[in-house]
Amino acid sequence: MSATTLAHVEPPRPDVVAQTRVLARRSVLGTMRQPASWLPAVFFPLLIAAINSAAMGKSTSLPGFPPVDSFLQFLLPATLIQGVMFGGIVGGTDVAVDIEDGFFERLVASPVARPAILLGRLTGSAVLGAVQAVVFMAVFMVFGARIAGGVPAMIVLIVLAMLMALTVGGAAAGIALRTGSQEAVQNTFPLIFVLLFVSSAFFPTALMSGWYKTVATLNPISWMINGARNLVIEGFSVGQAAQALGVAAVLAVLALALATTGFRKRLRATS
Amino acid sequence: MTATAAVATPANDDRHLGAQAVVPAVGQIVYRGLLSLVRTPSTVIPIVAMPIFFTLAFSGAFSALVNLPGFPTDNILNWMVPFAVLQGASFAGLAAGFITGRDLENGFYDRLLLSPAPRVSLIIGPLVYSGMRAFLPLLTVVPAGLLGGARMIGGAAGYLVLTVGAVGTAICAALWGLGVVYRLRSQRAGALVQAGIFATLFLSIGQVPLSVMTGWLHTVATLNPFTRVLTMARQGFLGPVTWADTWPGLLALTWVGLALGWFALRGFKRLTP
Repeated sequence: MSATTLAHVEPPRPDVVAQTRVLARRSVLGTMRQPASWLPAVFFPLLIAAINSAAMGKSTSLPGFPPVDSFLQFLLPATLIQGVMFGGIVGGTDVAVDIEDGFFERLVASPVARPAILLGRLTGSAVLGAVQAVVFMAVFMVFGARIAGGVPAMIVLIVLAMLMALTVGGAAAGIALRTGSQEAVQNTFPLIFVLLFVSSAFFPTALMSGWYKTVATLNPISWMINGARNLVIEGFSVGQAAQALGVAAVLAVLALALATTGFRKRLRATS
Repeated sequence: MTATAAVATPANDDRHLGAQAVVPAVGQIVYRGLLSLVRTPSTVIPIVAMPIFFTLAFSGAFSALVNLPGFPTDNILNWMVPFAVLQGASFAGLAAGFITGRDLENGFYDRLLLSPAPRVSLIIGPLVYSGMRAFLPLLTVVPAGLLGGARMIGGAAGYLVLTVGAVGTAICAALWGLGVVYRLRSQRAGALVQAGIFATLFLSIGQVPLSVMTGWLHTVATLNPFTRVLTMARQGFLGPVTWADTWPGLLALTWVGLALGWFALRGFKRLTP
């Protein structure tokens, strides 16, 4: 082969979609192979829902409580978001693991397209979020929670779960990329717990009082959960679906921005 | 001074060591356990910060629960503060398991076992510092609750039963943590230890009284010995302290402590064949 021929050979263009798919598959498989990392994100939200449902079931008769069939029905969107948020932390932790064990550097050194590295991980988180949503809805329906909005509401809830998985996964990945530490990612867990707790997730804001009610009313998580909850309790409505998905989409964009800047900083530090 | 050096004595057979050898060894282990609070401030978070947040969050979110028929107080803080204290105390006790797990992983525990320190001091020491750590939530969560509007109706007796409940809970949690860690020999046992504690706390009258519960939780909470302990510890915030609400709690602490003590001791014996 002559030098002239060689000069005409173009380097292969990275297929970002294919590489993202492969890395997303790795992300999902890696998580599924470690039940200890994802089982708590499924088991504990269900356990908390079971306990709260039995402990606070009678509160549905309080004046001001939304007209629900049961407390379980009221809790469905909150449990779904809670599980997905916990699961998102797992995705972020995996990014930190990749950095700690040197796999991230090997990916950067390989001809893999840069966006695929981050997108692959986050797509994996979103897929797991969707699986979690299906599992939660199935379990709740088995125990008698009715989704008044039917199939369209279920689809919205699945998309919502995927967006929230992207949000938490993106934020956690951003922290992992900045710090390279699993511990730092896991320390964000209490913050997520606080954000979720100071919202309408577990009790209606109408029945709260004082500063707590003010904070919960202003918390965007409340707006998102209220939209999703109305789909479950009252039926499908484009407005409520847009409210739930809109808030989740804005949060996801913010988290992706955090992850992207963290990714760029890490790349600069690596190169 | 390390604990190993501190507990070393010329004798190497604890069968011949009496209380004179046990006390200083326990003292050094307690000192080390308390020192870890200063050296690792993050360990204070679950003991103090989480219970305070928990009190604020539950009181804010579920304040309307007091309007349910059968709820024994008109102020949700009176209900939540003692529960948060016992929650903090249980995490104060869990630290014994974490510290021991870390020592088992890094080999320090082997050195402790090889030292002439009486073996019994290796169990009594963590129990003593766990009981002492239980005063952290007592001294922080209770004042925070009182500032927020909780009222101690039972007076000094109310504080006494709350203290007994907190210290007893911390010791029982420590025994549970030690029993698990002795078997699994790793800090990773922490998840299992925490899961056991969470289940015990939340499958009780922590959030609402028995009269408000429905279904399976009512049955489980009735059988859960922690319900008796919480009834004893909480009574001062709900009214005068009575013997009828106190002795079941003391009895529950005693038999749970004995059962978990047996569990921990069996695990410890596996470490020392």
